[in-house]
Amino acid sequence: MKAFTGAMLRWEWRDRVLELTLDHEPANEIGLAALGELEKFITALDALSPDTSACIFASAQRRGFSAGADLRELYRLAAVMPEKEFHTGAREFLERMHRVMNAIDAAPVVTIAAVHGVCFGGGFELALACDIIVADKMARFAFPELRLGLIPGWGGIPRLKRDLGNAFIRDLLLTGRSVSAARAHAVGLVAQLAAEGESLRVARATAEQIRKFDPGARAAAKKFVKPIPCEELRREIEIFCELLRQPAVMAGLKKFVESTDAMPYLP
Amino acid sequence: MRTLEQTTKEVLELASRHFNVQPGSLTPEDDFFKKLGIDSLQALELLTRLENHFGIELPDYEMQGVSDFRTLADRIQTRL
Repeated sequence: MKAFTGAMLRWEWRDRVLELTLDHEPANEIGLAALGELEKFITALDALSPDTSACIFASAQRRGFSAGADLRELYRLAAVMPEKEFHTGAREFLERMHRVMNAIDAAPVVTIAAVHGVCFGGGFELALACDIIVADKMARFAFPELRLGLIPGWGGIPRLKRDLGNAFIRDLLLTGRSVSAARAHAVGLVAQLAAEGESLRVARATAEQIRKFDPGARAAAKKFVKPIPCEELRREIEIFCELLRQPAVMAGLKKFVESTDAMPYLP
Repeated sequence: MRTLEQTTKEVLELASRHFNVQPGSLTPEDDFFKKLGIDSLQALELLTRLENHFGIELPDYEMQGVSDFRTLADRIQTRL
């Protein structure tokens, strides 16, 4: 499928470049509906790969790339579902999300995240699955999961560990703080810095460069430099599911959903 | 080294520019959430502008509970 428009996202293939645009208010929160459309997307990505050089992930929402998992949906489901069913459902959701992230991570085309604004939690994990992160100077990255009594669950830690030094990861994860694009660039998380509002244009220019290379050499190079941390990804699912059973999580979700705090996104 | 007064002045100028309000209409004592009518994500935008302008990192947990420009400037001052 060369073009698709769903409720959460859309994509379009043109001149060997596939462009996926997250577009759901307020800040591309990712829940069941977005997961379903991402699954459709990875099927399309697989089918289009032989004729595709690069794939760009971007957002049409002003507030940013993505604020991460849809915590309101998670809280709503936890409130209405029997406990056992909820936890089974949560594990299934994680397994499905990992399949999506792993497919993006291992895609034979070059994947580029064009980031602006907030890139938090699950949104950050989606960017981390990509080969190259281009960020505009107003972008911010964070893993605020610890404030909910959780760890990132969609591959965040194993992928960060693959790419970066542990001291920075500990600071990011254990304080839950957000870091600017400039800092993310300085530590090597962001590959290219763009001027404000220009991340997509820079990502397109990067895709244009990638189009020049032989597909076989490109795919071999990617496979060589970007192994999938399978074992750690499996372990992450187990730790996440274990933590999800702790009462602190529902208390944290309740606090977030019902918060009248002016800054509920801040840890 | 900037003084707290200079830092406060620059914070006010930057906030006026970013949120498109009349220069001089903000004061150090103003509650920026109320005065500018901003939410948490817009506060993060302001934080990014401030970090880029002053060339510092200000962890967002240090902004927790801060709502007036003078205290914000004081937090920035500790990182200059």
